[in-house]
Amino acid sequence: MPTIQTLYDAILNGNAKAAKEITQTSLAAGANPQALVDDTMIPAMNEVGRRYEANEYFVPELLIAARAMKASLELIRPLLSARGAEPVGRVVIGTVQGDLHDIGKNLVGAMLEGAGFEVIDLGVDVSPEKFINAAREKKATLVALSALLTTTMHSMKAVMEKLKESGMRGNVKVMIGGAPVTQKYADEIGADGYSSNANAAVALARKLLAA
Amino acid sequence: MHPLFTSLLAQGPVVTDGAWGTELQKLGLRPGEHPDLWNLSHPDRVGEVASRYVEAGSAVILTNTFRSNRIALAAHGEGADPAALNAAGVRISRKAAAGRARVFASVGPSGKMLMSEEVTEAELAAAFAEQCRALAEAGPDALLIETMSDLEETRIALRAARATGLPVVVSMVFDSGKERDRTMMGSTPEQVAVALVEAGADAIGANCGLGIEGYIPVCARLRKSTSLPLWIKPNAGMPEMEEGRITYRTTPAEFAAGSRDLLKAGADFIGGCCGTTPEFIRAVSAALHPVH
Repeated sequence: MPTIQTLYDAILNGNAKAAKEITQTSLAAGANPQALVDDTMIPAMNEVGRRYEANEYFVPELLIAARAMKASLELIRPLLSARGAEPVGRVVIGTVQGDLHDIGKNLVGAMLEGAGFEVIDLGVDVSPEKFINAAREKKATLVALSALLTTTMHSMKAVMEKLKESGMRGNVKVMIGGAPVTQKYADEIGADGYSSNANAAVALARKLLAA
Repeated sequence: MHPLFTSLLAQGPVVTDGAWGTELQKLGLRPGEHPDLWNLSHPDRVGEVASRYVEAGSAVILTNTFRSNRIALAAHGEGADPAALNAAGVRISRKAAAGRARVFASVGPSGKMLMSEEVTEAELAAAFAEQCRALAEAGPDALLIETMSDLEETRIALRAARATGLPVVVSMVFDSGKERDRTMMGSTPEQVAVALVEAGADAIGANCGLGIEGYIPVCARLRKSTSLPLWIKPNAGMPEMEEGRITYRTTPAEFAAGSRDLLKAGADFIGGCCGTTPEFIRAVSAALHPVH
């Protein structure tokens, strides 16, 4: 079907307007919304990720592709929910206490949203209590923590400790990222995963939730 | 070349300064606290950092004004006056320099992304114009736009800086892509050089990044792309956690050895970013001195 191929291209090229229009047309013509997601949109985002890893795409291309994906998903998601389908996962994301940097966190949020996750963005300077309360209230399956400063990455450890104290640790996976953060640090504080960039964060989130 | 840079570089390469944030923390700045607010609340301690760099051999020192644009300040919600912070920052560094060093006033990124529509071009232009005007009125020798990752935002800041009539250095971060030789937005050193020369920078360069080794080839590529003076300030490598303390792997001696390679690769202004200290600057100064 040529329209499907074009939705693929619309997402790959980050054309949100085209993605939305083609999605509308396809749905009106009776396309299966779940099939659109599985057979066209996710493969398109996978190709975006491949190009990023291959140095053909950079942050701007990631962002516009995620935006096109989101425009299309906004039309599709209500139809999926009506059929009782759950999102891929529910993520509570935020920059940790004391840290006000949000570019990296926003990028990861956009990419996760583009990948079909429901993203609850708590913003910057988020206290451990706020992370835990949001995860509990929203029934999140994943908590994503960001820090840009060496001086604030300690707050990640505090979130891990509070998660344990509150008895919530078993309910959620935790992934961390940000300039000073490393896999070693993730292991040290007992986080489930670390990602060095927004594209790899999506793959990590999927892996953690599949585990 | 701008006459200021011609005279500064007449005797060979110029040693600039190292990191400020970590030095301020040694003097009591709390993690997460906005360093620039100290220009008004603790001017003596900010001046102490500036003096340490002058004593270590910095011929150019910066100002503690990296985050003093209205947009970056707003995130703190403390109602700080950008004009007052910027003016105080220049005053503090000028006093510490006392004619022994030049003062280049620091302008950092907004922390918001144009592409994600978190901020508009007009908002950026207004914030940078306000900051550059306030800095310029306090009498620095030049303006430095640093740690930039988006060429679009950089061009807007450069336009605001040039309007003051001061010479302007523009420095970007190269830490992305497989070879870690691109800006976050994917621009290569060559693309950055062409764009910034065209936009009217008086000197260009690279700072922060992933350590000094990675910036040697970046410096060489910038050198091939422009005849403007090059400004290079790498960090001391990636921070690592050791027994709960943050450490940087690169030693002052290793950094000094790297500074000689930077010089060979065409750097004119050499200093350090995150993780570097007055000790690093002393080592770089000693390493580059025989070249004079």
